[in-house]
Amino acid sequence: MNQATDNRRATPRIRGWASNRQLLYQFLVIAAVTGFAYYLFSNAQANLNRQSIATGFGFLSQEAGFDIGETVVEYSAGDTYRRALIAGACNTLKVSFIGIILSVTIGTLVGMARISGNWLVSTLASAYVESLRNVPLLLQLFFLYALATDVFPHPREALSPITGVFLTNRGLYFGIPAMAPAYKFAGIAFLITLAALMPLRYWARRYRDNTGKILPINAISALLCIGVPLIVWILGGAPREMDVPELRGFNFRGGASISPEFGALLLGLVLYTSAFVAEVVRSGIESVNKGQTEAAVSLGLKRPHVLNLVVLPQAMRVIVPPLTNQMLNLTKNSSLAVGIGYPDFVSTANTTINQTGQAIEGVGLILALYLFFSLVTSFIMNWYNKRIALVER
Amino acid sequence: MTEKNEIIRFEGVHKWFGEFHVLRDINLSVYEGERIVICGPSGSGKSTLIRCINRLEEHQRGSIVVDGIELNHTIKNIEKIRAEVGMVFQQFNLFPHLTILENLTVGPIWVRKTPRKEAEATARDYLERVRIAHQATKYPGQLSGGQQQRAAIARSLCMKPKVMLFDEPTSSLDPEMVKEVLDVMIDLAEDGMTMLVVTHEMGFAKRVGDRVIFMDEGVIVEENKPALFFEHPSKPRTQEFLRQILEH
Repeated sequence: MNQATDNRRATPRIRGWASNRQLLYQFLVIAAVTGFAYYLFSNAQANLNRQSIATGFGFLSQEAGFDIGETVVEYSAGDTYRRALIAGACNTLKVSFIGIILSVTIGTLVGMARISGNWLVSTLASAYVESLRNVPLLLQLFFLYALATDVFPHPREALSPITGVFLTNRGLYFGIPAMAPAYKFAGIAFLITLAALMPLRYWARRYRDNTGKILPINAISALLCIGVPLIVWILGGAPREMDVPELRGFNFRGGASISPEFGALLLGLVLYTSAFVAEVVRSGIESVNKGQTEAAVSLGLKRPHVLNLVVLPQAMRVIVPPLTNQMLNLTKNSSLAVGIGYPDFVSTANTTINQTGQAIEGVGLILALYLFFSLVTSFIMNWYNKRIALVER
Repeated sequence: MTEKNEIIRFEGVHKWFGEFHVLRDINLSVYEGERIVICGPSGSGKSTLIRCINRLEEHQRGSIVVDGIELNHTIKNIEKIRAEVGMVFQQFNLFPHLTILENLTVGPIWVRKTPRKEAEATARDYLERVRIAHQATKYPGQLSGGQQQRAAIARSLCMKPKVMLFDEPTSSLDPEMVKEVLDVMIDLAEDGMTMLVVTHEMGFAKRVGDRVIFMDEGVIVEENKPALFFEHPSKPRTQEFLRQILEH
């Protein structure tokens, strides 16, 4: 508060601020903008009245009456438009969330591969990046969707590259372990282990501080995360029954499945975005001065320590802002789902607009949702970026 | 000097950067406690020579033995040698994301496996010695060039090295900061540290150097005691070089 007032006092008065001519210009601009906004508003109002379309969000409570191909939340055609839009939003969230995790992971690996000393690895990574990011995403989506629906066979002649996995033009079907209480317990055990890792890692750091001994804490963490649930699963009777999809009638039943629409969209988004993420990661690592690595190895630090203690912390501050952009891009690009029929938010909102005629409200909702997703992502990433920012002079 | 232990030995060392023959048949022995100043025109291979000692550069022929360990492709040996050999760079190369104290403790904690308290106590001792004790919690970007270079020297000293290498430590400093860094280096020399210093600070060479080595085009042209080296250079190439750096 104090600082704010100080700043204001410190700011010199802009010269000519009081000039009448400038005041006049400002007034004219404001008047023009307000006038244009009023024209748009009254024009829309008049047109809506002429077509006797009611404004407002009352339509949200009406029955939607259309089906959605796949949903995360419970939904049927008898539900309201509100429910339909929520289902669409959840679908957008699902593909964006999984897409972001996969593209950041794959992108990081490809980016590191690109600066690898191994010629084959770096050339393959370059080819991956250059071919994927230079083909328009919509084209890639059409291609992948065509591949999934036209090239893959009918369920009756399904391709089965691995036992229990079936590739068909209705989607990818695969077996999952049949539900048993042991899995629930193993899942809970996994979450508890995950929660226990934080105090464990804290203790390991204290132990290092006090004794100087360095524990292989990452390996121990990984081992615990796999080992503890495994033990619980064995104690729970080690159920091994599988729920394998079976051909019944025209399609597979049972197991789990990925629809061609979701599969093509996710794969397309991940391939495309990971190519950009790879470049972001590569440039971030290359931005760290070579002298930093030299100074670190001169102390006798081992390669992984050089990377973790010296190079990555400095690369991260270069990587995070453009990486946030790529996450936002992926979320916004997921609206290309419309092109291949994945029922994302834009798709359900479009259907809603077509049926109700509430175009202004519908488009407003689309804008608001994407703005909300983007702001949340930016907020989290800005917070992280502040935490790792460098202190300069 | 011969009664002292030999700590670094170059035997017939050659190095190429692509087509460029940067080191030609280098033979050199450094004994414990010796202070060696290496000078020569730019591109003469003097930096490359000392960077070979901790394998920041790889030599292609001949052998280099440091502290009884031969430098080869065994990464374990290289890491062991690097821990025993301190390096000070022209550009300081402090880690900008760590405080001065963290810069000084990262080596002892992760390489020497020293408890943090002990590492921090040692670090504070050395900061005291290089006269920047009050800067411990600041970041490198908040320090002047001379202070950064002194912190960098302290960072190397915290590893308790047997040899210190200095690669033009004062070349990127403002003139008034050169002295504060040289003073620290003189202190260090008087404590008996084995030092190899690439520098054109002839005052420093005369004051603490046991031997001066003059390099040109990848060859050790001449080596001698500082007094003799500066007063009676024997080779014409050395005479020409000294004329150029001393006549202003």
